Amino acid sequence: MSLAGASVPRLGRGMKLREDKARGQWIVMGPERMFVPDEIALEVLRLVDGARSVDAMVDDLAARFAAPREEILADVVAMLDDLAAKGVVVA
Amino acid sequence: MSTPPAAPLALLAELTHRCPLRCPYCSNPVNLTRVAEELDTATWARVFREAAALGCLQVHLSGGEPTARRDIADLVRAASEAGLYTNLITSGVLTGDAKLQTLVEAGLEHVQLSVQDAEPGSGDRIGGYRGGHAKKLEFARLVHDSGLPLTLNAVVHRQNLDRLPDMIALALALGAGRLEVAHVQYYGWALANRDALLPTRAQLEAATATVEAARRDLKGRLVIDYVVPDYYARRPKACMGGWGRQFLAVSPAGRVLPCHAAESLPGFDFPNVRDVSLRWAWEDSEAFNRFRGTGWMPAPCQGCEHAERDWGGCRCQAFALTGDAAATDPACALSPHHAVLSLAVGAAAEAGEAFTYREPRRDVTSVSG
Repeated sequence: MSLAGASVPRLGRGMKLREDKARGQWIVMGPERMFVPDEIALEVLRLVDGARSVDAMVDDLAARFAAPREEILADVVAMLDDLAAKGVVVA
Repeated sequence: MSTPPAAPLALLAELTHRCPLRCPYCSNPVNLTRVAEELDTATWARVFREAAALGCLQVHLSGGEPTARRDIADLVRAASEAGLYTNLITSGVLTGDAKLQTLVEAGLEHVQLSVQDAEPGSGDRIGGYRGGHAKKLEFARLVHDSGLPLTLNAVVHRQNLDRLPDMIALALALGAGRLEVAHVQYYGWALANRDALLPTRAQLEAATATVEAARRDLKGRLVIDYVVPDYYARRPKACMGGWGRQFLAVSPAGRVLPCHAAESLPGFDFPNVRDVSLRWAWEDSEAFNRFRGTGWMPAPCQGCEHAERDWGGCRCQAFALTGDAAATDPACALSPHHAVLSLAVGAAAEAGEAFTYREPRRDVTSVSG
């Protein structure tokens, strides 16, 4: 599957973004699995709320990070595709 | 040890050994704990808080059948309030719609449902519980309708492995997002039934090919986790990710264990949550430190390039097959005892299909006439 700008991703069934205080990090908890997102993935995951489109997420990131919008869009789509393959997000 | 060990990631809470099913490969110890010995609600709630404070992120509420406890909703709520991701590992035969709703409201986040086969007659025979398979299918439907994520756990062996494609189809039909295909691990009850359960090499190879093809075809729809059987392996599994490295279990009676089967090991004084904190058990107890790291390892493991990958394999299997819990797991081709595995495979090929079902201990007082 590949997400497009208009797609509205949400976390997959049972997936929760949680703070792991003991280890000073954020994690994605899922059904008997856990992922530690890197800094960029964490920024993206924080915007995944089932209401924002990929375009809106990219606008938000483009306003905060100094990078061309098309570059951010390509990175976010690639990252969300990867997370979708793992079942972390669904579109 | 000067620095404390890394924190555990997950707690297995074995709430009870009671279960209506009698699976011949049950992972509970052969000596089952009685109801009167079980921890109460308040003690479990304290264990969950201590586990979260120690660094656990997830709790597996298991058994026996965890919903056999009347306080199961209170226990789910206590785990959830402690901040743990709560997973119920269940046979599904005791939970109807009303009870499931109370668990959802209490904060349950995931359900793992066991199935014994894809076919009702065989499933009911393996579980030793008539009508169980149909109840499981109904429970799976309730879980799906509730919005909870569902994992199907299929324990596989010689007597059901040929229907693995049907089990994969069943997982899809039930709306499971995840399927665990777990070859039986031969400790406890399963060891007693090894001759009736060990698959043939041809069955194993077909199963592995089936899983690999299904993983490709169902990418993004169904995650398949695959636990391979040791008896055809050349390297042992990193059991529990290594003794006292990632995982701890608490038994129905409160004993803190590096793995749920560890009570079968002799010569241990496992700490009890009635007496000590979970942190003390994890960091300071002799039981958790005995096989932690690599210092305890015998010759084939000591200095081996795999030592920090497989951590010497499984202590329970080492004890069960060599009589020495500190031996290299015989699943390793470098173990001097590796041949016992092929001897077992040979014996199983000659054996019949009859099971020794899991049964409670019989009290002398309950024997009549």
